[in-house]
This record gives sequence, structure tokens and C-alpha cells, in this order.
Amino acid sequence: MHFDNLYHQFFSLSFDGLNIGAIYALIALGYTLVYGVLRLINFAHSEIFMIGTFTALFATRWMDIPANAVPHHGIAIVFILVGAGLVAMAASGAAAVALERIAYRPLRRRGASRLAALISAIGASLFLQELFAKWKGRDPIPFPRIMKKEHLATVLRADIRSDKVIIITTAVLMMILLDRFVGLTRLGRGIRAVAQDAETAALMGVDIDRVITTTFLIGGLMAGVAGILYMVYYENTVYNIGFVPGIKAFTAAVLGGIGNLRGALLGGLLLGLLENYGGALFGAQWKDVTAFVLLVVVLMFRPTGLLGESLGRARV
Amino acid sequence: MATDEDRLSADVSARVRKLRARAHRKELMRLPVTTGSRGARKIDLTERTSRIWQALPRPGRWAVLAAVAVVFYILPNFHPPVINTPGSDFASVLFFPVAIYVLAAIGLNVVVGQAGLLDLGYVAFFAIGAYSMALLGTKAHWNFWEVLPLGMLFAAVSGVILGAPTLRLRGDYLAIVTLGFGEIIHNTANNLNYIGGPRGISNIPHPPNVSTGVFHFRYGVLDPKPYYWLLLTIIIVVIVAVRRLERSRVGRAWTAIREDEDAAELMGVPTFKFKLWAFAIGASIGGIAGVVFATKVISITPDNFVFEFSILFVAAVVLGGSGNLAGVIVGAAVVGYLPERFRSFQDTRYLWFGAALVAMMIFRPQGLVPARRRQAEIKDITKPGGGSTGPLGGEVLGEDEFGAGGG
Repeated sequence: MHFDNLYHQFFSLSFDGLNIGAIYALIALGYTLVYGVLRLINFAHSEIFMIGTFTALFATRWMDIPANAVPHHGIAIVFILVGAGLVAMAASGAAAVALERIAYRPLRRRGASRLAALISAIGASLFLQELFAKWKGRDPIPFPRIMKKEHLATVLRADIRSDKVIIITTAVLMMILLDRFVGLTRLGRGIRAVAQDAETAALMGVDIDRVITTTFLIGGLMAGVAGILYMVYYENTVYNIGFVPGIKAFTAAVLGGIGNLRGALLGGLLLGLLENYGGALFGAQWKDVTAFVLLVVVLMFRPTGLLGESLGRARV
Repeated sequence: MATDEDRLSADVSARVRKLRARAHRKELMRLPVTTGSRGARKIDLTERTSRIWQALPRPGRWAVLAAVAVVFYILPNFHPPVINTPGSDFASVLFFPVAIYVLAAIGLNVVVGQAGLLDLGYVAFFAIGAYSMALLGTKAHWNFWEVLPLGMLFAAVSGVILGAPTLRLRGDYLAIVTLGFGEIIHNTANNLNYIGGPRGISNIPHPPNVSTGVFHFRYGVLDPKPYYWLLLTIIIVVIVAVRRLERSRVGRAWTAIREDEDAAELMGVPTFKFKLWAFAIGASIGGIAGVVFATKVISITPDNFVFEFSILFVAAVVLGGSGNLAGVIVGAAVVGYLPERFRSFQDTRYLWFGAALVAMMIFRPQGLVPARRRQAEIKDITKPGGGSTGPLGGEVLGEDEFGAGGG
């Protein structure tokens, strides 16, 4: 136990934790939305994220940014980030919708069991991973450093770096946008209605297939954002990159209360924070173990997650 | 006093049972080809096989089973032309992955298929069995037969430790907690230097050689066949045990829990207790698989016990037909065997495997050899009257069903 580690680096650990937690939260949204509407663990969502990281990389290549580029400045960074981000979002969103069409909709039509849907999801996940492994090889591919990771300020001994600020702000901004979207728009109301009671929603004239497509699309878009942010921070990708962030994000979704959008944000940030503290306390190799032990403990005391399950209302 | 009467009634009820069974068999044979209002329903191969099986008298069934067992025992002695595995030794493939997957899938089927609890971290129990063998074998110099019951015990105990706090959770929460448990075990094995860290443990002892007059089983590095035979024997014992359990009060309790937990609880089934039993029994079977695996491969590392295996085990169970023992065995054999058969495709074999899983679930969501009870459920859900909205329009929407907002 290294209490002094935790004590001395508390604020910088917290900042880093919020940083990775924000990325978990963005991925967690995809799990939570789909679960809320379909009650399905969309196992292939980690691959949607993986596609986001790869397309962000391709986007930089299309913009002729060499792998060992000199970091850009000012407006160029914004342009590159937004450009690559939009490409990643488009690709991830399209992939998520295609996934729903190919791997889930036919099962839904046939009234298959949820276990069958899970296996289909696993199959799709395996397929996408191997597809990228075949296409781009099994070694990590570096992402060009598009921005200088500048030291901005030192707050309470924590090193505030420009890239981390961008990551946290973007993630929180996307969350707020999404929360507003689901809360205020017509389509958002449809999502909530289907989550609450699909049959009644259908009777009230909600187009269920459209709602489901939208939830997959939104989940995919968020995973795309997570993809570009992840690349800015870690600067490389590989065919199975989705796995660890994927299960962490799912953990975050469950931690906050699956099917609950704000729960995903809370769960993601909390998971990022606590696994960082755990890593400092027990050594970095115990980070993942801390995260999962935490999950078990939380679920023991709050079996439906911290904020409870509710996309529409609490479900049992 | 009432003994005569008792005997009489027992006699009568036995006769009634026999008559009913015979009628049942006839009925099954004669079942009309068309059912329901939607016209002709195809009767496929597995269903036909299943009917023939139902119609067979008991000794006939035993004879068939014995014949199947004999075929499997002599299988590694041949190099059959079509099902051979180019690129890897056939007998080795039969041991791992095929037979190991089969045993693990039988164990996982108790948890997933029987009790309806989704376990995504089953590889943890496999790892606990393997590490028991490795540690006790190398540090305490115990032999295989001494470790086997302990490995089972350790796995079962860890199943109970995991289950006791988490089995109160429902469905998907349980899935993620078990997934987390699998990762905890894998990471712990990786991080603890006492058990070898990432390098794992090597020089795990082989089982002692057995020689009886005719047969000589030499357990060494060179010949995989004795291990395969050992494992096959264990599998048969486990199948018999699981079969007995399935037909017992415990098995019926599991079915009740799987179908509707609340209803089971209300009818007086102590659901928590039986779920814990399912977990412990499933875990101990995984433990056996781990012990046998470790003693064969001599050295194990944490990377032998990654999440992918948990997924493949679940895939095996669902692919074959969750809840049906025969189906699960077929499923596991397919999941283990196919990637080995297509080794010539090298790195694309899992690509096709993934695509096959999706296609399989689209065209046959109930699995290759579905459980009869499950099949009835699916029929129930998709019965006519659903209209274009599919299951959503149906009147029966089970807790278990995958569709928008079911439950």
C-alpha cells in the first residue's frame, strides 16, 4: 500500500481519472441507450469505438498529416480535431446502424431469446475485430501528434494539460447535448417512450424501428467522439483496442445504473477516478482489479447502480 | 395395514405410467406435420432425430449411447479423411480444444442453460482448477488424482464466494459481475509473483501411469491419447451426474427459476439456495476441466485464461441449444473443432467464425439441437397474430425475450 503516493499525487490522479473517465462515459452512453431500449448488452459496441479510433486515424491521413508531424497550432488544431472527429462519428454511427440492421433486427423479428442476441453480438464483435486485424495487421498503429500537449497551469499540484482539458470539455459537452436531446426533442421522447413500454409506445404511433435505429446511431456517434479523444490521448490504435475500454465503459454504465444517461456520466467519471486511486494505492497493475472489485461492492449495496435504472422510469 | 392397498395403488400407478408413456411415444411418432394456422411447418433433421430418440425403448437408447461412446474412444486412433485437422495433430485437437470445451460447456450449461444465470466469466473457474493443479503439483508434489477433488472444491468454493453476494442481482448485472470476476482472476494471476506472474507455472506433473493387464496408459509429453481417454471418461461421468441432477428436484427447481424466478419463489422454491447450487456445481465442473488441462499442457500462463474463452464457452452453450445436454455437447465440439479444422485459413478463421455465429443466431436462434422446453417457449412467443411488429405484437412477451421493452 502506497498511501504517500495517493496523498502526494491526489489531485493529479483525480485530473487524470476524470480524463479517462470522460472517455469511459462517452462509450458507456452507447451501452446504456441500447440497453434502455432493447434490454440488450450490445457487446459489439467496443468495436464501434474501435472503428472510431481507426477512422480518426484515416482522417488524419486524408488530411496529409504524416505520422511524425510537427504539432499544429491554434485554429489548425481545431480544424483537424473537428474534421477527424466528424469522420470518426460518421463512421461509428454508420457502423452501429449497420450492426443493428444485420446482427440484431433479424433476431428481433424472429423473437429470439436475449441470449441468442448476445451471441449474435459476440459474433459481430469477433467479426469486426478480425476484419480490422486482417486489414490493418495485428500491431499497434501510431496516431500523429496533432497538438502539442502543453502544460497550462498547475492547480493544487496537478498538471493541467491542454489535451486533457479538451477531452474533458468535449465529453461533458456531448453529454449535455445528448441529455437535452433525449429530454426535449420529439425523437428523444420517442426513445423514452419505447424504453418505458414498447407496446404502448407502438400503439401511440411511435415508430419503434426508427427509435431503435436512432439509439444505435446516437450510441455510435458518441463512440466516435470517444474514439478521436482516445486517439488524442493515447496516440495509437490496434484491432482489439476496444476490449478494455469497452468492458470498463459497460462497468461504468452498470455502476451508474444501466439505462440511465446521467448515470453513465457519473459511473464513467467515478470509475476513472477510483481506478486511478486504486492504481496509485496498490500499484498500477492492480488498476483493473480495483475497478471490478468496486463494481461488485457497489452492486452489493445498490443492486440497480448508483442512480438507478431509468431511461424512461425505474425498471425492475 | 394399508400395505396391500399401497402396493395395489403403486402397481396401478406404475401401469398407468407405462401406458401413458407408450401413448406418448405413439403420439410423438404420429404428430401431424402441420401445426398452427400458418400452414406447413418444416420438421428438420434434429427434430426428427429427437422424435426417433423419444420413441426408442430404454435398452435401445443405452445401446446407442454405448455405441457413440465407443466411437469416441477409438476416434483418435484413426485419422479420418474428412474430419481430420490438417495443420495440427488430430488426437491433440480432440483433447484441446474439443473435449475441454465440451466439459466446460457441460458445466456452464448447468449455470446458463439450466438455471438461466448468464455467466460471462466462466474461464475463472477453469483457471482456478488449472492453478490448483499447477500449485499443488509443483509445490506440494501432489499427483493428479489427489488434486482433482481439491481443484473441484476450490472452484466450487470460489463459485459460492462470487455467488453469495451477487446472485441477488438480476440477469445482466450478474453477467457483468461474473465478467468482472473473470478479469479479476486473470489479472491476479498476472500480478502475483508467488504463482509465477505473467510467466505462469511450468513443470506441472503428469498423472501417474496406469497399467492394467491389457491397457497401458503412459501419461507423457509425446502421446495425447491417454489424456483424451481420461478426459472422455471424466466427461461421461459428469454427463451422467448432470443428467441425474437435471431430472431431480434440484433440476426442476432450476427450470422453475429460469422460467420465472418470482413465480418459483412464490411457489416455495428457495431460489437463492438453488442458484447458489447451480453456481457451485457449474464452477466445480469448470474446475475439473482446468485440472485436466493443466496436467496435460505441463505449463500454464495467465494468458491461457483470457476473456475470449468465457465467450467461446457461452457461444458453445447457446450455439448448441442452451439447456439441452446433447445440444451443448454438439455446440462445444463445433466451437472447438471448426477453427482447428480451418487452420489453413490461418488468421481469418475467427473472422468466419464470428460471421457464422451471427448467421447461426439469425437463422436458428434456438441453437443446433434446441431443448424441447425452450423450443416450446419460442413457438409460444412467435405464435400467429403478431402482425408486422414481430414479437412486439404478440401477447406473450417473456422476461427472457429480446425485443424492445419486454418485461
